[in-house]
Amino acid sequence: MALEQSGSNPSIEVPENIVISKLDELASWGRKNSLWPMPFATACCGIELMATGASRHDLARFGAEVFRFSPRQCDLMIVAGRVVMKMLPVLQRIWQQMHEPKWCISMGACASTGGVFDTYCVVQGIDRFIPVDMYVPGCPPRPEQLIQAIIDLQDQIQTEGTVTGREFNTRERQEPKRALVELPILGQPYQQS
Amino acid sequence: MPVITPDPLTHDESQDYLWTLNFGPQHPATHTTLRIVLKLDGERVVDAIPDIGYLHSGFEKIGEHLDYDQYVTVTDRMNYISPMANNVAWHHAVERLLGVDVPPRCQYIRTIVCELARISDHLVCNGAVGLDTGAFTFFLYAFYQRELIYDIFETLCGARFTNSYTRVGGVTHDMTPKVIGQIREFCRNFPKTIRDMEALLDRNRIFVDRTKGVGVLTREEALAGCASGPVARASGVTVDLRKDEPYLAYADLDFQVCCAREGDSYSRYLVRTAEMWESLKLVEQAIENLPAGPFNLGIDERTAKPDKQAVYTTIEGTISHFELVMSNRGIKVPCEESYSAIEAPNGELGFYIVGDGSNVAYRARCRPPSFNHFALFPQLIRGHTLSDVVAVLGSLNIIAAELDR
Amino acid sequence: MSQTPIIDSLNADFAGLTTSEFRGQTRIVVARDQLHDVLRTLRDEHGFDMLIDITCVDYLNYRDATERFGLVYLLARSDDMRRLTIRVMLSEPDLSVPTVTDLWSGADWTEREVWDMFGITFDGHPDLRRILMPEEFTAHPLRKDYPLQGRGERHNFPVLTREDG
Repeated sequence: MALEQSGSNPSIEVPENIVISKLDELASWGRKNSLWPMPFATACCGIELMATGASRHDLARFGAEVFRFSPRQCDLMIVAGRVVMKMLPVLQRIWQQMHEPKWCISMGACASTGGVFDTYCVVQGIDRFIPVDMYVPGCPPRPEQLIQAIIDLQDQIQTEGTVTGREFNTRERQEPKRALVELPILGQPYQQS
Repeated sequence: MPVITPDPLTHDESQDYLWTLNFGPQHPATHTTLRIVLKLDGERVVDAIPDIGYLHSGFEKIGEHLDYDQYVTVTDRMNYISPMANNVAWHHAVERLLGVDVPPRCQYIRTIVCELARISDHLVCNGAVGLDTGAFTFFLYAFYQRELIYDIFETLCGARFTNSYTRVGGVTHDMTPKVIGQIREFCRNFPKTIRDMEALLDRNRIFVDRTKGVGVLTREEALAGCASGPVARASGVTVDLRKDEPYLAYADLDFQVCCAREGDSYSRYLVRTAEMWESLKLVEQAIENLPAGPFNLGIDERTAKPDKQAVYTTIEGTISHFELVMSNRGIKVPCEESYSAIEAPNGELGFYIVGDGSNVAYRARCRPPSFNHFALFPQLIRGHTLSDVVAVLGSLNIIAAELDR
Repeated sequence: MSQTPIIDSLNADFAGLTTSEFRGQTRIVVARDQLHDVLRTLRDEHGFDMLIDITCVDYLNYRDATERFGLVYLLARSDDMRRLTIRVMLSEPDLSVPTVTDLWSGADWTEREVWDMFGITFDGHPDLRRILMPEEFTAHPLRKDYPLQGRGERHNFPVLTREDG
């Protein structure tokens, strides 16, 4: 109404307790400050994830402490630990059960690349099979690193986020991050049979 | 979606009134990746069928490709609640195969880190039982004390969690006065917390009601199923390898084996709490009686890698280092096989190693305590209610990475 | 810890046992058809009430090995923790031994694991399924002729993208 009155030269009188923003930024602000993590903790990194939530490191300071174990209530999946052949279908089903918008943190070397477990049954990086937004290096990462990853993810949501989730539809987000090529290990010929 | 592993239950018309509940593999109360298919009659558990392998990562196959020093990094990830105890177990077995004895100072250092690992393991296990039965504060108390033990390990060897501390014939770093001071301080302050923790749960009506008489394991079942560690001791099997076949420095130290008769979840909790007191006693004795001398085998024995200072400044150190790391030299291993076990926090953790003369094990079999304990689970839970599943699971302290390897 | 009386007594009952000693551990190699009787005798008459572990070694590339597999039974006595190792040597094509689940109920899972990892069947086992690997897996991964990185089974899954969510 104020816009119509002022015509071509908009000058709005804003009271002190009102902030003008874009809808995208408002939605992203809300999303980034209410991340509910879903801990998909399988191995050693799960203990560090527990330590992150426990009293000394206290993830609650950064607004992401509401761990929920039901995928339908969560919007951030933290995959902590190696994922093996038998577990991968479970991981994919849980990822599909989460509602959009959703993000995924791959915590630790095992979840990101397979780590030291270059064996017959360990999946060599979960990003081959599900989309991943943030990688945390380390075996296992220290709690500070995980907290930093969550803060970075919050920043990313704030800068890129849109109400409709357009940022998920870009090309680099859609494609799998890695080619499914097996690299041979030095000194040990890989036999394809 | 691919088919998830087929349901192991066979269909039976007469049991159609039973509910089938899938518990896990991703469930907060399993703490790790376990799957149990429960058959329920209302709230009662009629049968439980465990399904494992959700964290099988081929540890034993890797053991055939990494040499005796490298494999210690993989044992860290085996029982990830007490990695130090796994390190010691692995190199204890390797040294048994090689037939070498580590110097006294190293034995005492290993004893100290083993007992600290036992304290941290029991803290998590008891904390998890508390968490599952509704005592969240108890869990936070336990985790805070774990952080202090992490600090000690971090000062000792640089890594707070996956330590990879031992080597063939020794350890990577000596105990500095700073670490000794930290351990002494921990020994001074820990009794206060543990008394607080005991006051919180030992006579707590809710906790006692939920764990007493639940998941009873008799002595005969424990022996037939080959339980070990606190689970067996809570059922009246007085087996403790620290007393029965003393290794490291345990023969010199004074401690008691903690046992109970009832075999229920509550007595497993009590045994673990009592063992923390005994471990604390052991750490105090060992730190006061820490012998002087080398913490590694000398370079003459050609097993332990010399420290970097010696490699860079002395010709013997350089030669000895290259003798050990060159692929066709290395440690002299007999073409033999041996089994050796230590009393890990969870029970008997043993390695069956086959040597073939090279510096890589031909076969590195791990005997995990959780494997036998989880096999006992169906007979513990039959007849109890659904809510008891988590209390029994927590008190068995099943670690999936150790279970599946 | 000498095990001489036990070995003498066993030798009186069974023919053709080979014993050896290494670093204080006594090992007895028995034939396949004697295995169950030897273990029963040890449990009932000599008090070895704990079956610590059953494991297996694949001697495919091992120096001077004549048989393919060596099955290892680790026994212990709970009252004084004396240990004894019983071994059975097996070769292809006949890879089956009698089960010991009737003697120790704890042998159930360990025998399943040996079947899963090495493909050795245990006659009379109540429920011989794979335990660690998925049911649809075909190989026995701890055999020496199976590569460390597998044969590509670990990549055999559908890929989920953002659109599928």
